[in-house]
Amino acid sequence: MSAAGQGVVVTGMGATTPLGGDVQSTWDGLLAGASGTRPLSEDYARFELPVDFASQLAVEPSEVLKRVELRRLDRSEQVAIIAARQAWEHADLGDYPSTDGGSPKVDGLRLAVIIGTGIGGATTLLNQDDLLEQQGLRKVAVLTIPMLMPNGPAAHVGLEFGAAAGIHAPVSACASGAEAIAWAWRMLQADEVDVVVAGGAEACIAPITLAGFCQARTMAHDWDDPTQASRPFDAKRNGFVLGEGAGMVVLERAEFAEARGATVHGRLAGIGTSADAYHITAPDPEGTGQSRAIAAALRTAGLDPSDVGHVNCHATSTPVGDVAETVAVRKAIGDHPVLTAPKGSLGHLLGAAGAVEAIATILAVKEGQIPPTANLTDLDGDVELDVVAGEARKVSLDAAINDSFGFGGHNVSLCFAREH
Amino acid sequence: MASKEEILPDLASIVEEVAGVDASEVTPEKSFVDDLDIDSLSMVEIAVQAEDKFGVKIPDDELAKLTTVSDAVDYISSHS
Repeated sequence: MSAAGQGVVVTGMGATTPLGGDVQSTWDGLLAGASGTRPLSEDYARFELPVDFASQLAVEPSEVLKRVELRRLDRSEQVAIIAARQAWEHADLGDYPSTDGGSPKVDGLRLAVIIGTGIGGATTLLNQDDLLEQQGLRKVAVLTIPMLMPNGPAAHVGLEFGAAAGIHAPVSACASGAEAIAWAWRMLQADEVDVVVAGGAEACIAPITLAGFCQARTMAHDWDDPTQASRPFDAKRNGFVLGEGAGMVVLERAEFAEARGATVHGRLAGIGTSADAYHITAPDPEGTGQSRAIAAALRTAGLDPSDVGHVNCHATSTPVGDVAETVAVRKAIGDHPVLTAPKGSLGHLLGAAGAVEAIATILAVKEGQIPPTANLTDLDGDVELDVVAGEARKVSLDAAINDSFGFGGHNVSLCFAREH
Repeated sequence: MASKEEILPDLASIVEEVAGVDASEVTPEKSFVDDLDIDSLSMVEIAVQAEDKFGVKIPDDELAKLTTVSDAVDYISSHS
């Protein structure tokens, strides 16, 4: 374990999700085993998709942002800005370094922003293409490109805050948000920066994304009650539920946070990344790559498998993926950790999933409470591990692992530990 | 040809819509860039909307010469 004053600590968190417009309401929803999955609007009916639901934001960005911001930002950028502002305020970092004459608590030259997305501004691309086709060049928005580029969420947040040390946007499908946090850890450990705002943002619910995932045979389908559709580890699961949202954390070098008297909510003790190099969409059923990521997170954290009491799983509610992850967990950690799968409540936020679920992991360690896996009523016989179901469980935790995996075989594990 | 008095409030509401600047701030002597903090991309959007609203053409090289709100009002007034 790293000594006091060293390492990376969490000082701020922000989120907007299908469960709520901030971290507290999202966490309350997770602890209650609530579902954020709701029916899609009538507009989708003509496509005759096998799904007519999605995990849609609980609080519309239009309730939070100014009209001009809504106009100039793709929805994926809107959720990023909302969550990042919350995280910044939670960390009590004062004025943004970009503020003229302000008094920020971090130098802009020592501040980075790293925000991943899986898909980026797909809805902008679609809408602007319609305008071009139907009304011609003059109707295409001037900001089309900055709205659709996948580094857009990171760029807008970095610009607003004045993150002059670097603005980065890892793109690794459903591991993007977690990879952003892993990059942040590396920059902080290398002493390149004092503070990083890191996370993920996604908002691409549209007929074509739903259709594409349906054609890949990965989506939950044929559920009369949408709130039942996402059910990780349950015997009746048949795919994931598409979701949208954003999660952001403020990470700091422990020494810097200590010097400014920041409130610390947990430590990002270590990170691990790997690749399956196995198949473009399917996980390696042996869990080889995933277990290497988990093992690397433990190694960089300086922890033993016995120190890890909990795994916040990536488990998306697909038949193959959920079981493969348990194989990886057993291989890298053992049979003792208590599991939960937050996607039962949240749905799958794709590039935001890893960041929102990292926040859930931080809070589980901090509060000693593991949320239940929503809709888990009949545990799959191949999952021979302890998965929390029904109601939240109180457990004293020293450290926990948060897994994220993405199409393309990207694996990221984050190890969070209690602040001593 | 629309009068300058008629053009100003409509132009101001376009500026508010595009750039989020309060319409009451959009007065003739203000510079788009220096006073209203409007960037070049937003100017293009304002021009596109103004073209539709007032039935004028504002080519890019003419747009570049419109420094103040009053420059824009004058241009629209004399070309619509």
